[in-house]
Amino acid sequence: MIEAAVVFAYLAIVLYVGIFAFRRGKETGEDYFLASRSLGAAVFLLSLFGTNMTSVTILGSSGKAFREGISVFGLMASASALVIPLTILLVGPRIWAFGKAYGHKTPVQLFRDRWEAGAIGTAIFALEACLLVPYIIVGVLGGGRTLSALSGGEVPEWLGGAVVALVVMGYVFFGGMRGTAWVNAFQTVLFLSFGLAAVLVIGAGMGGFESAVERMLADPAKSHLLSGERTDPYVFFSFTFIPLSAIAFPHICIFCLTAKRVESFKKTVIFYPICILAIWLPCVFLGTLAAGEPGMDAAIGPGGSSDQVMILLLKQHAPRWLAGVLGAGIMAAVMASDSQILALSTMFTEDVFAYHGGKEAFGERVQVITGRAFVVGVTVVAYAIAMTTQQQIFDIAVKYAFTGYAALAPLVVAAVFWKRSTRHGALACVLVVAAGLLGTAWLESVYPAPGVIWDLAGLPLVKRTPGGISLYPGFLPVVPLTLLSAAALIVGSLATRPPSKETLERYFPATTWLEPERRAAST
Amino acid sequence: MRRILLAILVLAVYVLHQDVWSWRSAHPLRFGVLPATLAYHAAYTIAASILLWTLVKLTWPERVVGLERRTGAPPESVRRREEPRP
Repeated sequence: MIEAAVVFAYLAIVLYVGIFAFRRGKETGEDYFLASRSLGAAVFLLSLFGTNMTSVTILGSSGKAFREGISVFGLMASASALVIPLTILLVGPRIWAFGKAYGHKTPVQLFRDRWEAGAIGTAIFALEACLLVPYIIVGVLGGGRTLSALSGGEVPEWLGGAVVALVVMGYVFFGGMRGTAWVNAFQTVLFLSFGLAAVLVIGAGMGGFESAVERMLADPAKSHLLSGERTDPYVFFSFTFIPLSAIAFPHICIFCLTAKRVESFKKTVIFYPICILAIWLPCVFLGTLAAGEPGMDAAIGPGGSSDQVMILLLKQHAPRWLAGVLGAGIMAAVMASDSQILALSTMFTEDVFAYHGGKEAFGERVQVITGRAFVVGVTVVAYAIAMTTQQQIFDIAVKYAFTGYAALAPLVVAAVFWKRSTRHGALACVLVVAAGLLGTAWLESVYPAPGVIWDLAGLPLVKRTPGGISLYPGFLPVVPLTLLSAAALIVGSLATRPPSKETLERYFPATTWLEPERRAAST
Repeated sequence: MRRILLAILVLAVYVLHQDVWSWRSAHPLRFGVLPATLAYHAAYTIAASILLWTLVKLTWPERVVGLERRTGAPPESVRRREEPRP
């Protein structure tokens, strides 16, 4: 129970940080939702990384590594180390510049303005909102499982999830974007610091990593976990599409708008892979070695979740007070659902409430109150769903949130790069993604695993696997869905009229915005 | 030409992610503890950071982000258009 008490103390500090940030803020929509576009370079890097460092990173990755081995690092981490910062470098400064010039607070505002789209913007909002909820659920689930495992079951999952949901809701409610950014930066520093301590303590507890690795290699039932011999190359390739989701996530797009100076993006993209290495490598390595620990399978139990493997390692090898401190570090990562909740709230107030005249009718103060009410509503819904799901954290996130947003990445890229893209192309892209995800979920619910769903001339085109759906020769749905959504966007755009010349000139000016200054300087 | 070369470089790094040749065995262990594929992908993330540093140096979108250096309101051509709400 000492461990859980330390975590509760940590949660109190996090709440304080959020409320302290609230006191510094102004009661305007721009400040609540975007921290007045004033985040400095260090906070921007730490909080952007913290936003992406969720329970998937800590609990999900170590849990999956426990089951599937060392290749989980290549599956998610190293692919993300290249693709996420690359997309942020290409798209982020443009989103930032357009947001600064035209006052966007959400990606839907960018889409509406760029493509002269009204109702289609609402359709994009609806899909993005639906896809974000699973990601929030993952945060609540992770919080519940962490507290439950740390307390040895004395704090049940439903109570742990409720405490985490209340704390996150509290500082998002009071602190808005400024509070969320500061909490994320604080959490990232905390985790990076205590993560190293956790590795050293657990390594010593195992009798040194060298002997732990040798023990596993000598065990024929476990040695395969230290190589990639059972990794499916098509699944491995499919996972390189998953990080495309990052730039399409509304909370990342909105975060791009909060930087005070665009130069903040430079350091962020360069250091992002190093942060990934620092967090993911220990999680995957320890998760894999845990499979060779005596008694670990029994501790998890036959129907138990392997997501708690990192907590069990801490409890097994660290003193109780240190396990609590390190557990707080894990909570730091688990609670990253704050940004998603705030993003949904921002989108609702801007893209629905303000767009349909609420801001003009009731004023900015009511807009912020509406945003806060939405924060409460979303958290309650996410909590209710989280308490009824039995799936692994990694699987929920990949199947719904990551796959859906990766398939929406062409939408964001087209908005900032492709002049000829149109609102009908955007609608086609959104419809393909929605239909694809619904179809996948339907197939999973109807066909038992394993089995062939669609066979064509002896080729098993669509298969039902224990993990979900697979497409010949073994791709995950994210690959065809992303390619199809891009194709739908291209065909839909080329078949319809482009936006007006005036709009295109605003987004793709013939001369650079610096041109007048350069001319003035040269004369 | 420079952009094409950089695009080829990015593509090459993307392809190098598929390290199927090191999947068969955990050996050789790097630093005595890191299995081959894990060590490869750890090095890959560092290579990604170096690639991104190169891209930042050579492809920073000056044309778009020039707006940041302006003070006051953006020029007329880029000012937000006030659209009537439905």
